[in-house]
Amino acid sequence: MTSRASAPPPFSTIGRRRWAGWLRVGPEVNGGDAFFRFSTASVTVVATGLLVVLGIGLFVSSRGTFGRQGLGFLVGPTWAPVHGVFGALPFAYGTLVTSGLALFLAVPVALGVAIFLAELSPRWMRGPVGLLVELSAAVPSIVYGLWGVAVLVPWLREVAEPALQRGLGWVPVFRGVPVGNGLLAAALILSLMVLPTIAAVSRDVLRAVPTGLKEGALALGATRWEMLRMVALPHARTGLLGAVLLGLGRALGEAMAVTMVIGNNPRIAASLFEPSSTMAAILANQFGEAHGPHLEALAALAFLLFILTVALNVAARLLVGRGWGQPKAEARFLFPRAP
Amino acid sequence: MVRGAGATFPAPLYEAWVAAYRAVAPQLRLNYQAVGSGAGLRQVFDGTTDFAASDVALTDEQVARAGRPLLHVPLTLGVVAVAFHVPTVGPLDLAPDVLADAYLGVVTRWDDPRIAATNPGVTLPSLPIVPVYRSDGSGSTAIFSEYLARRHEAFAARIGRGTQVRFGLGVGAKGNDGVTTQIQTTPGALGYVELLYARHGHLTTARLRNAAGLWVAPSNGGATAAAAATDRALGERHPEDLRVSLVDGPGDDAYPLSAYSFVLVPEEFSAGGEAKGRALAGFLWWALHEGQKVAPSLDYAALPIATVTRAEARLRLLRAGDHRLLDPPPSP
Amino acid sequence: MTGRATSVDRRWAARRRRDRLAQWACVLAAVVAVVPLLLILGWIAAKGMAGVDLSLLTELPKGPTEGGGLGHALQGTLVLIGIACAFGVPVGILVGVYLAEFGDNWLGRTARFSADVMAGIPSIVVGVVVYTAVVIPMHGPSALAGGVALAVLMVPLVARTTGELLTEVPRGLREAALALGVPKWRSILRVVLRTAAPGILTGVMLAVARVAGETAPLLFTAGDSAYWAEDVREPVASLPVRIWSYATSPYEERVRQAWAAALVLVLFVLIFDVGGRVLWMRRPKA
Repeated sequence: MTSRASAPPPFSTIGRRRWAGWLRVGPEVNGGDAFFRFSTASVTVVATGLLVVLGIGLFVSSRGTFGRQGLGFLVGPTWAPVHGVFGALPFAYGTLVTSGLALFLAVPVALGVAIFLAELSPRWMRGPVGLLVELSAAVPSIVYGLWGVAVLVPWLREVAEPALQRGLGWVPVFRGVPVGNGLLAAALILSLMVLPTIAAVSRDVLRAVPTGLKEGALALGATRWEMLRMVALPHARTGLLGAVLLGLGRALGEAMAVTMVIGNNPRIAASLFEPSSTMAAILANQFGEAHGPHLEALAALAFLLFILTVALNVAARLLVGRGWGQPKAEARFLFPRAP
Repeated sequence: MVRGAGATFPAPLYEAWVAAYRAVAPQLRLNYQAVGSGAGLRQVFDGTTDFAASDVALTDEQVARAGRPLLHVPLTLGVVAVAFHVPTVGPLDLAPDVLADAYLGVVTRWDDPRIAATNPGVTLPSLPIVPVYRSDGSGSTAIFSEYLARRHEAFAARIGRGTQVRFGLGVGAKGNDGVTTQIQTTPGALGYVELLYARHGHLTTARLRNAAGLWVAPSNGGATAAAAATDRALGERHPEDLRVSLVDGPGDDAYPLSAYSFVLVPEEFSAGGEAKGRALAGFLWWALHEGQKVAPSLDYAALPIATVTRAEARLRLLRAGDHRLLDPPPSP
Repeated sequence: MTGRATSVDRRWAARRRRDRLAQWACVLAAVVAVVPLLLILGWIAAKGMAGVDLSLLTELPKGPTEGGGLGHALQGTLVLIGIACAFGVPVGILVGVYLAEFGDNWLGRTARFSADVMAGIPSIVVGVVVYTAVVIPMHGPSALAGGVALAVLMVPLVARTTGELLTEVPRGLREAALALGVPKWRSILRVVLRTAAPGILTGVMLAVARVAGETAPLLFTAGDSAYWAEDVREPVASLPVRIWSYATSPYEERVRQAWAAALVLVLFVLIFDVGGRVLWMRRPKA
């Protein structure tokens, strides 16, 4: 036996590489182990393939629309099922505006909360406040929607939007009759919903910054804020961006709360006070009653939403990059692979 | 389980009936999906559902498309109210030509002289009229557009009549609840909704001029009167299949925007199963009799006796193979 | 030392000011974040409590002005969760086992990646796919279709927690089992999984908390019903779908019930979420 550090212990030489078709199932030392590994591997293959199956299923359901309209569907400005006209642009617009505004409002606050929880708060406060933030992420969206309809929309209609119009009415996005339901209501509710997600992940990212780095800066005389600004935040930059992308993903896919407050009128609205729609909201609103070309067009919207969220999640994962569930290095000696 | 699908308007009534019918026939499970008349009709045409509910009778073209005979069984009456939101004003009398011109953009403000003409003594503000309509296919749209199309040529030509029409002007909202909310929150709004929603949404409604030239407020009684008067007026000529429009019908008390709300059942029910057919027939019979007593307390209009008699005749046609489903089952 | 302020002192004072300002800004952010969340939870509690009573939880619905309850929706939610767990939990656990025990290869890497991405797919998209795949062939909504949609949402979550958890089981346990001659598969099933069971249960509870509140996928897969659930091939009522239809109803009684049901749903979800976390804290560590 050589004494290379990577040499596996003696009993590993008993097994050989075995294959079941293209799937490597060995080296196991007995049939039971081989079967076990094969079954768990098969289930994993199926579960992994689910993602691809989802995408293909959506594409197949929507091929009629893409066949008829091609990529023109993406920039079609009108959505009128009654007349057989379908275009995705109003929803792209609504999704962009509501999610963008939601992030614009939520990210600074979430970052502040994360810093507060990770660095600044007294120890006794971190548990409860952190728990409150995480539990808010667990509240179902229908409940946010119910609150939105009963509380937020009337408040916007009677208090906030008129006030905005009085103060900033010259700005084009604050024109129009305040009805409460609209892009602003949807953006506000989305910001409340993504805030806990972004804050929780950002807090974890900040906590992962090596203490040595942070203490080093403090030891050199930096104030807390300077330490954050010059050491912790730059170090956590990619992770924080990943947190924002996760929040964006959640905002894009949110259907129920948005559909209850946005007014469900598929058009490109100049003012934030006006009703509009998003991709997820129109699916919740119309999918149950659609058929034929209408159904295909909605499936096409679902496909777009799918592609968008997959891309965002991939980007977020590359940035936040948590490897998990890997067998630890020592375990290799116990469950050996052929060299 | 008996499955039905169709219009949203009668859904609360059907749910109340189902709850009450549990005491009468506990073994019946009836599931009604309020997915809209269009989806309901499609499903009953291709057999994926046992019955459909529609606020409008089938057109000849739809009857042909159905492929097999469908029985129209009216169970209640829909009442479409014209509602509006003008802050300082109570109920108004709105003539059909004024309404049509409002949707055409000819009458643009609430203080238009033609509105003032039918409402002497009322101070009307100079508020712009915001017409509201149903953005989804709807029986209410069919009823409303039918009334205006009959009384106004330009409306019939430019906008048309049916469950989906070409409203160019105004704001579209989805569902009765969408239109209600839109009217509630937009000063100057003018729209049409089922009376139920107008009442529960505390909307101000308008009186309309019926075929007899009288001003009538929207009410369930007005709808029942319209159905009774049409029945009397047509007499022998009343279509047996009950595919009759009550819009702008005869009768002094008749409310012009009334319509039967139908259940559509395949006349030949073997495909669904004879037992299911009997259960459904029993439920529909009960709805035509005991159910009518419950309807007013839920704010739904009851059918006049004449209509119930005609509907009974239709229901008796329901059969599976040779057996009439309302008769007692043949002994084995 | 004289009391004269030097430029260093002035700069220091400025830095201190900026530091204070930043810290207070973060505190303000925390307040801005926490207050609306507390308001929402408080609102639900206040309005919901007015409507929650035994009849809501045990009766079937009556007409829209007559009271009645949502017992069938509560039962329906439990049925849907049951079906989702029946499909999702075994798949998730098996995937987690593979990843933790055998997964240091291309399949494992792909699977982990896929699980992370799938955890972020909007639930309404899953609902659309399940509609095409299950509802259309079955000619209508059913509890089965709804359960499948929820299962698809559960699998990535359960796989992730199981995978993470199993790698934390101390290798000494595995070694001991092997040293005693136990075949690897048996050691995993009997020793490793059993040790990790509380943590896996956590994963399942957190996944249940996530899917119990889902409305969008159920709208067109599970439908709605006015009866107690009896057959998985029939449509089934669920709390989220009933809340959705009651919230937009014109009847005040219905809206009141919507709030009460929302409270019940939130409590259900929070119990599973908090319960899962408590179990996670108590899991066996290396």
